[in-house]
Amino acid sequence: MSVRVAEAATAPEFPKAAKQAIANTQLRHNVRHATDVIRAKRARVVDEIPDWEQLRDAGHAIKAHTLRHLDFYLKQFETACKNAGGHVHWARDADEANDIIVGLMRQYHQSEVIKVKTMTSDETRLNVALEAADIMPYETDLADLIVQLGEDKPSHIVVPALHRNKMEIRQIFLEKMKLTTLGDRPEDLADAARRYLREKFLRVKVGISGANFAVAETGSICVVESEGNGRMCVTLPEVMISLVGIEKVIPRFQDLEVFLQLLPRSATGERMNPYNSIWTGVSAGDGPREFHVVLLDNGRTNVLADAQSRETLNCIRCGACLNACPVYRQTGGHAYGSVYGGPIGAILTPQLQSMEHSQTLPYASSLCGACYEVCPVKINIPEILIHLRRRVVEQGNAPFSERIAMQTASFALSNSSRLSTAQKLIRIGQWPFEREGKLENLPGMLGAWTAVRDLPAVPKQSFREWWSARGTGKRV
Amino acid sequence: MLISLFITCYNDTLFPETGKAVVAVLERLGHSVEFRTAQTCCGQMHYNTGYQREAFPMMVHFLDVFDDAEVICVPSSSCVAMIREHFPKMAAESREADLVHRVEQVLPRIFEFSELLVDKLGVTDVGAFFPHTVTLHTSCHSLRSLHVGEKPTRLLEQVRGLKLMKLEEADQCCGFGGTFAVKNAEVSSAMLSDKLRCVLNTGAEICTANDNSCLMQIGGALSRQRTGVRCLHLAEVLAGTGGRD
Repeated sequence: MSVRVAEAATAPEFPKAAKQAIANTQLRHNVRHATDVIRAKRARVVDEIPDWEQLRDAGHAIKAHTLRHLDFYLKQFETACKNAGGHVHWARDADEANDIIVGLMRQYHQSEVIKVKTMTSDETRLNVALEAADIMPYETDLADLIVQLGEDKPSHIVVPALHRNKMEIRQIFLEKMKLTTLGDRPEDLADAARRYLREKFLRVKVGISGANFAVAETGSICVVESEGNGRMCVTLPEVMISLVGIEKVIPRFQDLEVFLQLLPRSATGERMNPYNSIWTGVSAGDGPREFHVVLLDNGRTNVLADAQSRETLNCIRCGACLNACPVYRQTGGHAYGSVYGGPIGAILTPQLQSMEHSQTLPYASSLCGACYEVCPVKINIPEILIHLRRRVVEQGNAPFSERIAMQTASFALSNSSRLSTAQKLIRIGQWPFEREGKLENLPGMLGAWTAVRDLPAVPKQSFREWWSARGTGKRV
Repeated sequence: MLISLFITCYNDTLFPETGKAVVAVLERLGHSVEFRTAQTCCGQMHYNTGYQREAFPMMVHFLDVFDDAEVICVPSSSCVAMIREHFPKMAAESREADLVHRVEQVLPRIFEFSELLVDKLGVTDVGAFFPHTVTLHTSCHSLRSLHVGEKPTRLLEQVRGLKLMKLEEADQCCGFGGTFAVKNAEVSSAMLSDKLRCVLNTGAEICTANDNSCLMQIGGALSRQRTGVRCLHLAEVLAGTGGRD
């Protein structure tokens, strides 16, 4: 069984997908409302911490150190996890990870699995691989459940169903849970989800989780969540499988003191997550009796190899950059054609998947810097976007017309006499389009500008012409 | 003080009135202004779009022109951000020690217009009279790269006759983003709609900023929609004398 992670290859280019998203008024309203609420909450709980900047520095430093010695810490994790009674598997890519998990399901003769908090399994499209092997996965995180039942895709790293509102969710539950009546209060929806999920928690024998952190010194896995469904998922089943990206490892248990402050405040605007589950191997008579960790590379070592974009792997998946991003706030997550949307997705997806499939993503940003400002582990996303744009250009994947325009501009700007000539030429060239000092309808690339904006016509006298007419140091 | 003006290619070509206003304000404050005619561009558009190779010679040209200038005034926050943030990187990447040194030498002498007035020249009252209702758009580069903070506001507060209106959601990008505005025109337009709503809600007659790139975006839509509101660079507001020269 092999499922290629080819989603981005078939995803439309960002500008086209964004155009569709922008036309969806319900989606925009939902995304705007949700991100406004989370941003306000985040701002409140971040402002109350006097040493927030030092915490960010610490988070950045721990991640930088770990990535520099990732080989050491991964092996340390493996040893510690095994010593605690866990099994560790190494997966080069999505297919290997999925094969390992399908293999484990067969080994334990199970055909159902409950899942929680594993975006990485969306990255590897594990559910597709499981279903192809006649294994039924049940998402148990409420938002993931909404996405799964709605045959939808996650649109946010932390709040995967952020694009859905209450009434849409009610409709999905009514149809997919085959209910005859359902109220429309949040309590009614939570109650329906609880009834639906409890039965599965008690019946299904295998649980699959992701990991927020994997502690090298102890071999522990840490998952934080709000609902308690994760807690049930990691305690009730007989077999537990955690799918963990290799960048999730941190050196020491004590490092959690930094990340368990940074993450909840950045992600959901909470001082602490309601449920923080940390487990180490297996314990007789308590929780799962078999524990497996699948360590996934899937392109991460390629990111690690690039010194200029390596800090992409600092990401702790808090989603603060999505909520802050003025582009994401207009389009929502689906436009990014990847499980990872928003600014972090715009830098992560092109690096995890081959560039030709996602070369429009590094341009899905006005480089406003709001993402970098809120990032709890100080990933300089704008710098990495520029770095990846350069890669697009230097690999010859930029549009032909753009390359010509840039080369022409670079010629015109290489010295001042060429610039003066260019200014004169534009003045001549613009006259068919000029109406009272404005250009309202231009052809080609600039037509995208004049579709909704006027462009000032190039004035009759440039500054440099005015200056030379004025005479040095004298008024005219 | 002799102040050398890096007008930027964009202002030179499209917004010469901004350059004239900078000259007027600085001369009114008793300073001499020079304009080195060999100057062209900082390379921002190329660099930010992924054309670092094309941006590199523009940086070298900039250094050739401004190496020995005492104080350099730049009426564009994004160009200053380009010079401060990316010139050191380009120089370091070239592995030319001389270039690294020249960039290090020039950086402390570069000032965005409001920085020059408030930090270097120590003035907030430039003697302006501008009897209009104005709102201030804070460009992303001003806010997050230059950290100009309250400087433009302090300058505007001292202008006689001016009524300053607070802009809501001031930390939100206007959606310009250089080539982003045409490469992602739909998203750029959506962002612009939000910004326009905030500008119009202030009831101001003029929207000002220290960067004409944002103002071309905002002003382009204000003009297209015939709102009766226009954009004007901070320098042009501060140059105002209401004919009482």
